[in-house]
Amino acid sequence: MGYPHPSHPREAPVLSKFFGDAEARTLDGWRQRGGYEALQKAVAMDPQEIQTIVKDSGLRGRGGAGFPTGMKWSFMKPDGKTHYLCCNADESEPGTFKDREIMRWTPHGLVEGVALGAHAIYAETAYIYIRGEFTEPFARVSKAVEEAYAAGILGANAMGSGKRIDVHVHRGAGAYICGEETALMNSLEGRRGNPRIKPPFPAVAGLFGKPTTINNVETLTTVPYIVKNGAEWYKQFGRPDNPKSIGTKLFSVCGNITRPGNYEVPLGFPFKEFLYDLCGGPLPGREIKAVIPGGSSVPILTREEAEGAIMDYEGMVASGTMLGSGGVIVFDDRQCMVRQIARLTRFYAHESCAQCSQCREGTAWITRIMERIRDGQGTSEDLDTLLSIADNMSGKTICVLSDSCATPVVSGLKKFRHEFEAKIAANPSKVTVPGAFRASAA
Amino acid sequence: MADVKMVSLTIEGRPVTVPDGMSILEAAKTAGVLVPHYCYHPGLPVAGVCRMCLVEVEKMPKLAPACATTVMEGQVVHVHSPKALEARKGVLEFLLINHPLDCPICDQAGECELQDYTFAEGRADSRYREPKRFNPVEDFGGDVLYVANRCILCTRCVRFMGDVVQEPVLNVSERGDRAFIGKAEGHDLTNPWAGNVVDLCPVGALLSKDFLNKARAWELDRGATICTGCSQGCNAVAELRDNVPVRLKPRPNEAVNQYYMCEVGRQTYREFARRDRADQPLVRLGSSLQVSEWDLAINAAVQAMAGKRLVVLASPNLSNEALFLLERLISRQSGHGVFRVVRGETVALAGAPDLALREERAANTTGARLFGFAETSSLEAVVGAGDALLVVGDALDGVAESALAKLGALVFVGTTVPLVVSASASVVLPITNTLEEEGTFTNLRGRVQRYLQARMAPGVARPSWFVLTDLLAAAGGAAPFQLPGDVFAALAAVHPSFAGLDYEALGMRGLPVITADHAEATV
Repeated sequence: MGYPHPSHPREAPVLSKFFGDAEARTLDGWRQRGGYEALQKAVAMDPQEIQTIVKDSGLRGRGGAGFPTGMKWSFMKPDGKTHYLCCNADESEPGTFKDREIMRWTPHGLVEGVALGAHAIYAETAYIYIRGEFTEPFARVSKAVEEAYAAGILGANAMGSGKRIDVHVHRGAGAYICGEETALMNSLEGRRGNPRIKPPFPAVAGLFGKPTTINNVETLTTVPYIVKNGAEWYKQFGRPDNPKSIGTKLFSVCGNITRPGNYEVPLGFPFKEFLYDLCGGPLPGREIKAVIPGGSSVPILTREEAEGAIMDYEGMVASGTMLGSGGVIVFDDRQCMVRQIARLTRFYAHESCAQCSQCREGTAWITRIMERIRDGQGTSEDLDTLLSIADNMSGKTICVLSDSCATPVVSGLKKFRHEFEAKIAANPSKVTVPGAFRASAA
Repeated sequence: MADVKMVSLTIEGRPVTVPDGMSILEAAKTAGVLVPHYCYHPGLPVAGVCRMCLVEVEKMPKLAPACATTVMEGQVVHVHSPKALEARKGVLEFLLINHPLDCPICDQAGECELQDYTFAEGRADSRYREPKRFNPVEDFGGDVLYVANRCILCTRCVRFMGDVVQEPVLNVSERGDRAFIGKAEGHDLTNPWAGNVVDLCPVGALLSKDFLNKARAWELDRGATICTGCSQGCNAVAELRDNVPVRLKPRPNEAVNQYYMCEVGRQTYREFARRDRADQPLVRLGSSLQVSEWDLAINAAVQAMAGKRLVVLASPNLSNEALFLLERLISRQSGHGVFRVVRGETVALAGAPDLALREERAANTTGARLFGFAETSSLEAVVGAGDALLVVGDALDGVAESALAKLGALVFVGTTVPLVVSASASVVLPITNTLEEEGTFTNLRGRVQRYLQARMAPGVARPSWFVLTDLLAAAGGAAPFQLPGDVFAALAAVHPSFAGLDYEALGMRGLPVITADHAEATV
């Protein structure tokens, strides 16, 4: 539901059904709402059977990449090795706040999903890596884990199955890059949160060098519903002409919109109706200018493009962007896109882990140029330079932070070039005046 | 050796076959193709962060880092394709935007990989219009200075201290373009092996304080040598400016010192740069030593030693050739040979197998023992009244004049003339130091390694093997040696330990001797 707003009839509340319901946070309350039935059922099942159900359901990773969850799990074989499950609760993508609400309102739903996932990949130990700034979600999830241990849901004899399932909650120190799966593992191991070179992939050598599966909060929280109701039940969500995108998805909406919040809709939902009916459209007297549909790392859409987009993995790609994490950022006609994009690049320049040359230097360079244009000191050559830097930064680094910084610049320049040019035209001297000395881009 | 699966691929149109699991970068080396790189170093774990070694591999969607991509059967790799060149040009531009471009005052200039690759493949101009990042210079302790503005964050130094020295003193601090190499609070780069970060640094960010502003790289003459700092026998390069040694750097040898050299070894260049050298033969006339001719001095030395019991005090930094000639001299005159060696604490380089600063601080103690010299700590205990003492290479540090008073004769062959010698020697013969001659040392694992002449000798000083050949001949022995290789051939012919070794075949990496003691080293 569109917490904090009342649920819209066109929403499909599965994960968000109990948002705002304080009783669902407690173990008893969660049990009364059908909680832990799926886990009870799952611990009696063969892990491979669970993997098959999840594979059949068509569930894809909700963290942004959209990798089929069942296939990811099927990389984990009963090979007698120590396996780990990591739950990525480091939700840091600007514009995204869906996992936060899951953890605030239904922490037991996550614990259940994590325990179920651990069992399904032959792991005895799972880690929930929570973003450092998430103080309330951290408290809620920690409490839920505590309650689950006390009730025998977790521990040496999880749900009386005779199997050991341990869940540890780890709080990060607040770095965007620690949401990258291998950086998260480094951070969990006590190292600097730098992404690792792949291969080896986590399924081969992940956390502490052991085969590891890492899933997003939303993904793991969804699994118990699938196990409980079956893969066929889950397939009802989605548009009939696209079997590749199945299920419900939480979208976090923020920016210049009447009703910002979290909305859960079936994949395949028309973006125009989502923006105008569910979210109430722009504020009175305003017009939507641009939308970032999937977190700050995906290409920006113009209003026209957004209104024609369909909210699933393939639909967004068809519109030239990505579904990403489902963080929808809306800009109305008051916004200066140069300023908005400069703010985004500054974020990436601040968060670059500094490993790869292109990212370390490129994110900061782009930011300096963007801010110079924003401040009316741009020159016409800057636009070509920006595109050239963005090109040199894309597809050449260990992780995609570098690409993520280049993306809004490239799509912004493509779609809102006139705003850049207007800023540059307003530069009275038409030449670069080097800015005041700045020790850092931070 | 276990069977290793071999993989065939094509790099820059050249077919190569290499063991499975090798990186494209290493495979390219075997094809004679250099893939430009910064963070990769064969002695360190792969980081894959500089992104300089991106190459185009057919059928791969993106450019691949050659250091972190293993070879595959049938791969076709393009190192110098337009796409790869464009990517490297981009990296070079990124590395230079915040770089101060202060090559004219940078010690690394001339041997800087940033300079080299920029000249080869970089942009001719800069598109950077913004203020540059600035960080102050930091003293890292030990011999190391950190010039953060020149740093490209390749992390070679961090990985060396963490994985090889295993003292993780260095780290990457901060993020983004504010990042710099940080040093753990309260720790300095005082480990004797820490100085290697200066050599590992591909740019001018880590500098040797000792070498700071002493010379430009292009002014230096270089010669291959063996470090005389201890019995490890690290392969080294002596670098000289106007015939003055200014530094020693490691010369890679997987079997001995990998890519490294310790601070004690590096500092030995100072001994070779001494200016108070013996450069003329001296013969005692009455109470003073007078300059003489070589022939006269050699004859005077033989006469002084004639008819007496001969004790030879040899330096364990003498070559195998000199020690062999001394052994022959001793055998003609019923004497015996001893050596003194300075000892110190062993400091292992934790991450490198069998590499340490050794207890015995001389290059050829193993050779000295093989040629029958016994270690002594007290000269007085081994010389009797009326003996002839032939000192070769030992500077008689700590030997009192009184200890030499009972001698029948003192013949001093050395690189300097100590005070006790000018008071009591009959003859002084000037010899060259290690940098001024060629020869071989035997390290503590029994590896025989050659060193070459890197420097001109002072005055008329002659190599020790040359002087000792003359002494042996003047004393009536057979010594038909024209070159150090001749001496080596003779010693290899008679000494079982050196059997089968050939001077030329030793090459610049050396070969192990065959002895029971060192049998394990020959495997």
